[in-house]
Amino acid sequence: MSVNPDLNRRTLLRRAAAAGLLVTPAAGLLSACAGSTPSPSDDNTGAKSNDNPFGVQENSAVKVVIFNGGLGDAWAKEDQAVFSAKHGSVTVNMSSTQKIKTEEQPKMATTPSDLIMNSGADLMDLSTLVNEGAIEPLDDLLAAPAWDSEGTVADSLLPGTVSDGTFQGKFFVVYVAFTVWGNWYNGALFSKEGWEPPKSFEEFFALAPKIKAKGIAPYVYDAVHGYYPRWALMASIWKSAGKQAVVDIDNLKENAWRAEGVLPALEQWEKVVKDKLVLPGRLDHTQSQQAWLDGKAAFIQVGTWLKNEMAATIPPGFEMKLSDYWTVSAADKAPKDVFAGAGEGFVVPSKAPNKAAAKEFLRAVLSKAGSAKFAELTKSLASTKGSGDNVDDPALATANELMKNAGQDLVSVKLWDFYADLDKESQNLSQELMAGRLTAAQFVDKMQAAADKVAKDSSITKQTRNA
Amino acid sequence: MRHGVARFVTGFLALPVGLYLFYVVWPFLQAAGYSLTDWGGYSDRQQFVGLENYVRLFTDELIRKAFWHNVFFLVTVPLFTIALALFLAFLLNVGGREDKAGIRGVFGSGLYKVIFFFPQVLSLVVIAVMWQQIYRADGQGLINGVLMKIGLVDQDDPITFMYDPEPFLGVPAVLWWLLVIAVWSGAGFYMVLFSAAMQSIPKDIYEAAILDGAGRFHTFFRITLPLLRDTVSVAWVYLGFIALDMFALVYIMTPSQGGPNHASEIFASVINFNAFQKGQFGYACAIAVALAIFTILLAALQLRITRRERIEY
Repeated sequence: MSVNPDLNRRTLLRRAAAAGLLVTPAAGLLSACAGSTPSPSDDNTGAKSNDNPFGVQENSAVKVVIFNGGLGDAWAKEDQAVFSAKHGSVTVNMSSTQKIKTEEQPKMATTPSDLIMNSGADLMDLSTLVNEGAIEPLDDLLAAPAWDSEGTVADSLLPGTVSDGTFQGKFFVVYVAFTVWGNWYNGALFSKEGWEPPKSFEEFFALAPKIKAKGIAPYVYDAVHGYYPRWALMASIWKSAGKQAVVDIDNLKENAWRAEGVLPALEQWEKVVKDKLVLPGRLDHTQSQQAWLDGKAAFIQVGTWLKNEMAATIPPGFEMKLSDYWTVSAADKAPKDVFAGAGEGFVVPSKAPNKAAAKEFLRAVLSKAGSAKFAELTKSLASTKGSGDNVDDPALATANELMKNAGQDLVSVKLWDFYADLDKESQNLSQELMAGRLTAAQFVDKMQAAADKVAKDSSITKQTRNA
Repeated sequence: MRHGVARFVTGFLALPVGLYLFYVVWPFLQAAGYSLTDWGGYSDRQQFVGLENYVRLFTDELIRKAFWHNVFFLVTVPLFTIALALFLAFLLNVGGREDKAGIRGVFGSGLYKVIFFFPQVLSLVVIAVMWQQIYRADGQGLINGVLMKIGLVDQDDPITFMYDPEPFLGVPAVLWWLLVIAVWSGAGFYMVLFSAAMQSIPKDIYEAAILDGAGRFHTFFRITLPLLRDTVSVAWVYLGFIALDMFALVYIMTPSQGGPNHASEIFASVINFNAFQKGQFGYACAIAVALAIFTILLAALQLRITRRERIEY
């Protein structure tokens, strides 16, 4: 047995372990935080005219990033064609991804893309972008003449689009899709069984045993992403407690969650869970939607991107129909308000090298020609007025009809855009309520506590909504 | 001659060390710098706030929760991985019948080695996606499907795995299910490591022990384990790092990246939330720096405790 004085197994192992320290998990996380010193961007603009309101420079290049989610990205290529017809010399570098934040956030402080569709599960937190001054106010886009219709861009948009994209009094986010949320059902199945889609929870609870008797679960939802059940909870709260209650909740008003009507709305959902009306298991969005398409559940709660997302697997003879969220009781303050709003938002980074072309591209996206192509390809409405007029699609038609009969206000909630903490907390608690681990009363208490905590936290910038 | 060697070595090392300093060490220092600011991550605006982020860290409930969950992994991941890897390595090397050829592993041990090592060649993301299907919380999940077919699980009440925060032995079930994956994916590598170490133990020691009438139990605990002490100790440190990370599994597999309702929150998921969702990079960097210090201290402590006289053979 020999002993090597310089290097033995013991010291070799020790040195290997020491080297290992440099690849610790913390190391990876540490370097994730690192950045570099940014340089100011110089924004070159050319001559402005009515046809070129932002002064896009000829022969410049614009980098556009599209979120390739439920709506796909085929529509964006149509918008590129609309844009290029007017600005043939401008090079459009378009890419699409699902990892918006992963790919775009590291570039935001230095050399960002010119136009980013900030959407999906991996989006950049909007209030942070606004608070950090990282994105450009786009009020001049609203005031610019519309691409191919009379009046300004603002005139051409559906109600809610401008207010949804407004933060701290300035217009930052251009939402291009107009989404209607509600309870979807299979029209063919319902007419075959002679079922009438319920309008209220009461009617739903009356119908549910008949659905169950056919071996079908009355309801299914995405249990993986907390924001799916949260839409339904907030829609019920709005219908029951009225608009002002939700505005107060968004504004972190004291005891806003304890307002009259909030608790009864949540108790309906508690009953849905307690009566075992939900399909067993925990499915994600596409799994739950597929289960619904397979006839395992009667109702699913989701937005109008559903048809495009599931296009490949819709069985023949399946009639996708959208109905409004169920009303809570006869005392509802806003039973006819529909949960609809502009979604899929574009932002222009403050440090984008070619902001003029980015805005001009948005003008093309919001054009009549571009938005009609959007509706045709995605079977969803665009946020530009009249986009769905020439699209013949039964699912889109029910959404259109729902909008026509809607009350004076659209259900809209700002809470999750305003505060990341409350976004996370409300998602978590919605999942807990729907999993039967929280009662409606506990949900209210915990939400109120979370809201109070944010209200007191001085490190969080406060936001308010008026309408 | 001697200084010629020094110049030769320096010439070779300059470039890699330079790259290392610039791409690894410099970002570390930057992160430490950012941890003293209120940087939001999306702009070049930042204010120096001193140690405020570190003070806040100690009152953050979520951090406390994440800390205990990481401690859980810190204890269980090395314990179960090493125990399983040792068991497998022992069976594959010295667990078989002894005959004229001496000590050997169980029948077919060459094949088993490949099978057990297999998870190591898969990326953690692939492993997570695969286990999502195994853990799928309805009748189409691998485990649920099989158990429903043989009637052990009720059709209407599937095991919910990643969505189950109910405590088991005081720890949320979701953490135990994550532990299964971590151990499964890690055991193969350490089995190979321990196998190599076991093969360097002279066979005559075993033979002498067997002649003296030692059974398998005693040969393992009296001979194999003590002689593997160095290797096990290093494995423990490495597995400690893995246990303090666990980010990929939590991020991909759990609802709300740390859910349900914070039941699987760990340091890394809290850092991710603060930096990328809440836009508080300064605070997130402070957590990361604290975690780095904690990791280094732990590793130093670990190596210190296990240091003792070596056995040479």
